[in-house]
Amino acid sequence: MADLSIDFAGIKSPNPFWVASGPPSNTAHQAHRAFEAGWGGVVWKTIGEPIVNVSSRYSALTLGGMKMAGFNNIELISDRSPETNFDEIAEVKKRWPKHAVIASLMVDTRERWHEFVKRSADCGADGIELNFGCPHGMCERGMGSAVGQNPEVAETIVGWVMEAATIPVIVKLTPNITNVVYAARAAKRAGADAISLINTINSITNVNLDTLVPEPFVAGRSSHGGYCGPAVKPIALNMVHACAADPLVGLPISGIGGIGSWRDAAEFVALGSTSLQVCTAIMHYGFRIVEDMKDGLSAYLDSKGMRSLADLRGRAVTQVGDWQQLDLHYKRVARIDYEKCIGCNLCHIACEDGAHQCIDLVNSAPYGLGPGRVPGKPVPKVREDDCVGCNLCSIVCPVDGCITMTPVDTGRPAMSWHDYQAALAAGTMQPLPPHP
Amino acid sequence: MPIQPLIDAATAALNMVEPKPPLSPQEARIEANRCLFCFDAPCIMACPTGIDIPTFIRKITTDNLTGAARTILEANVLGASCARVCPTAMLCEGACVMLDLEKDPIQIGRLQRHATDHVAALGIDVLHAPAGKNGRTVAILGAGPAGLGCAAELARLGYAATVYDKKPAGGGLNTYGIAYYKMRPEVSLDEVRMIERLGVAFRYGVEIGRDVQPADLLRDHDAVFIGIGLGGANRLGIPGEDLPEVVDALDFIEWIHTRPLAEVPVGRRVAVLGCGNTAIDAVTQAKRLGAETATIIYRRGPGEMSAYPFEYDLAKTDGATFLFDTAALEVVAEQGHVAALRLAKTAVRDSRVAVVPGTEWIQPFDLVLKAVGQEKQAALLGQLFPGLKVDAKGRVEYDPASMQTSLPKVFVGGDAASGGREVVNAVAEGKKAARGIHALLAGAAESGPIQPSRLGMPDGAVGSGFDAPIRVHELEAALKQG
Repeated sequence: MADLSIDFAGIKSPNPFWVASGPPSNTAHQAHRAFEAGWGGVVWKTIGEPIVNVSSRYSALTLGGMKMAGFNNIELISDRSPETNFDEIAEVKKRWPKHAVIASLMVDTRERWHEFVKRSADCGADGIELNFGCPHGMCERGMGSAVGQNPEVAETIVGWVMEAATIPVIVKLTPNITNVVYAARAAKRAGADAISLINTINSITNVNLDTLVPEPFVAGRSSHGGYCGPAVKPIALNMVHACAADPLVGLPISGIGGIGSWRDAAEFVALGSTSLQVCTAIMHYGFRIVEDMKDGLSAYLDSKGMRSLADLRGRAVTQVGDWQQLDLHYKRVARIDYEKCIGCNLCHIACEDGAHQCIDLVNSAPYGLGPGRVPGKPVPKVREDDCVGCNLCSIVCPVDGCITMTPVDTGRPAMSWHDYQAALAAGTMQPLPPHP
Repeated sequence: MPIQPLIDAATAALNMVEPKPPLSPQEARIEANRCLFCFDAPCIMACPTGIDIPTFIRKITTDNLTGAARTILEANVLGASCARVCPTAMLCEGACVMLDLEKDPIQIGRLQRHATDHVAALGIDVLHAPAGKNGRTVAILGAGPAGLGCAAELARLGYAATVYDKKPAGGGLNTYGIAYYKMRPEVSLDEVRMIERLGVAFRYGVEIGRDVQPADLLRDHDAVFIGIGLGGANRLGIPGEDLPEVVDALDFIEWIHTRPLAEVPVGRRVAVLGCGNTAIDAVTQAKRLGAETATIIYRRGPGEMSAYPFEYDLAKTDGATFLFDTAALEVVAEQGHVAALRLAKTAVRDSRVAVVPGTEWIQPFDLVLKAVGQEKQAALLGQLFPGLKVDAKGRVEYDPASMQTSLPKVFVGGDAASGGREVVNAVAEGKKAARGIHALLAGAAESGPIQPSRLGMPDGAVGSGFDAPIRVHELEAALKQG
């Protein structure tokens, strides 16, 4: 069995799976349940001056019957007193000394930051996460994403925290920013030990078409909330990669955003994450999901001959670069396995109307009975010379392994946009003809 | 002993519960979301009326139930009854690509019911006829599925259509002849009312040749459509056939549709002669109305029955028994009432079914239902419409593209043309005949039902390869042979 334990900026955890700061990490009761279920760490629901919450707080994006493909909330930070929260952290830490408990903090003045940082260490927390990301409620009071969106302000506040910090400090970044790397660099400059990302994305999930008020609504009004869940994973992966690839950041990364399975986790690790935080999937299914996450991740590492997460970490980072580094001479085409084709023709119509018009419906006679149960039903046929290898048909195909994107040898050496521009400038090649 | 009702109303109602109840909105949404939304979908091609099934299912996923019903009813005005009575496993659902993914096909029939129930319950009319008529009139003989399909299409094309039927209400077999647990007559009567609202006139209790003369119809109308279906049950040609408890299976089913369930007389030991889908409907309903035994008696083996496999399974589930390779030789009477059947085993000799000598026995029955096919109307039609050509099997001859008969102003559809097929075939033929009439009278180009996906196909693309809807199992059968 591969070793799943991690050392995240000095915070030790038996596995990389942490309960993210949010509703599932609100109480000692939940933290005990999380650790009993097998979670490696808990990032406590953000502690600050007690706030007042509204009734009706969550809404979700349901897609084709899939509940919570995306999830939205207008809940604020902890509405319990700092005393209660710090006392409960102490209680949890006492019972689970080898697990990671991180205090998430959000206050305003330098003095308050100093006080809360100190109280976090005093209660036995293994680390501190600075909530610079909440996109609703708190930002209107100059906290949360209002900080994270302004690198100078973030740098100043991280500086205040570092003045008092005796345990590792993680800065949680907001995705509601043009380039997350600037915020990450600010954290680095101010001396933070690590970053975590992404926090939630500004969102309105849906509008109730009877009342014309978006959901969730409170007494007939709504407010924009923070979006998370499976639908945000691609955005999170991109931002994690951007921070992991930036030479000026160079901080351990705690990956957050749509993680619900060991596969998601492995992808975040491959793009540079060390720990992994999960919230929405727990809100959907409970803490029990961690069993498969650990089991599956460990089995995956074993299957690839990797002995620990360190063997996987960042392995995909260097494979992603600027577009202009891609090979303009590489070509692959769609190939359809007629033994598997069921004749839904989605590849045809997607290509015909939505892409590059290279899949015809032709008489099935030369291909046997034809797909589906209707004899004589036409079959989709790819005109490989015209196929640009865009992948769309293989994405819409409902049958596993039916359409394979197959590389074809163009007989031409690799040539990036860089190479192309250089060759044009040197006059060693003619411009490529435009697509007809 | 004369037969009498055997069970109370509550038991009857319980026994006649639909095997496939309506889907709840959530069930419908989940099922609709399973649909792949195939392009040029095989289910469309397998539907004789060419309903754009993926489109109506997609509308269910977006809660656009009225739009879904419109998609259905524009193609098939009897979409509500077809949702209940179509042998979907043989048609749309049998063509579903899900089967090739080793998954259950989309429950198209139940989704179609979900959409059509919605507009029926809310009284929403999704079909409309032009406000001004085009001045032409068509007489339609028979208010069954073929006549209704023809009348609705003509009304939508601007014609004044008048439907004549000898029954007191419209719908034909949909109202009087479908197994009660599959569809209540109210569904069919609702459809008739919807077609009335399109401006179609109905004349009930009218028998052609007695109350209305064909010559008058031909003189007063621009065209005539024959949708009179088939006649009564074929004669058995055995002694005792005219005893009071020897009943046409369709008449027995009509009793169920025209009187309270607890007042339908049924035998304690019921014999059903024949093994088609009507025989199944008769045997299952006899059991559900309290018969102690209900037995199908069929001259051939199970491999040759014309009932669909799922109907055969249903009858077995209902506790019906089957006597295959058995012939009824005589209905035995006691005091003027049915008491038994004299039966004998059969065997096939020289490709003909023959009684095996020495195998006779007497089995007690008190009700005998005849489901050995219905009489063709050839003689009647020949008499009503002199010059109308009829084929050797007694079916009216017609041009399959337009449903026009040998008499230019006379069109035909439904069982009178086919000799007996599904409701959905009758609707499709009625609709096709309406377009044939339109082509004749308005010079409009003849246009059979065209696959929606065929429209706008680029040059060179073959599309479905079919202009008209086809039936999957027919093609498969043809393929097996060829």
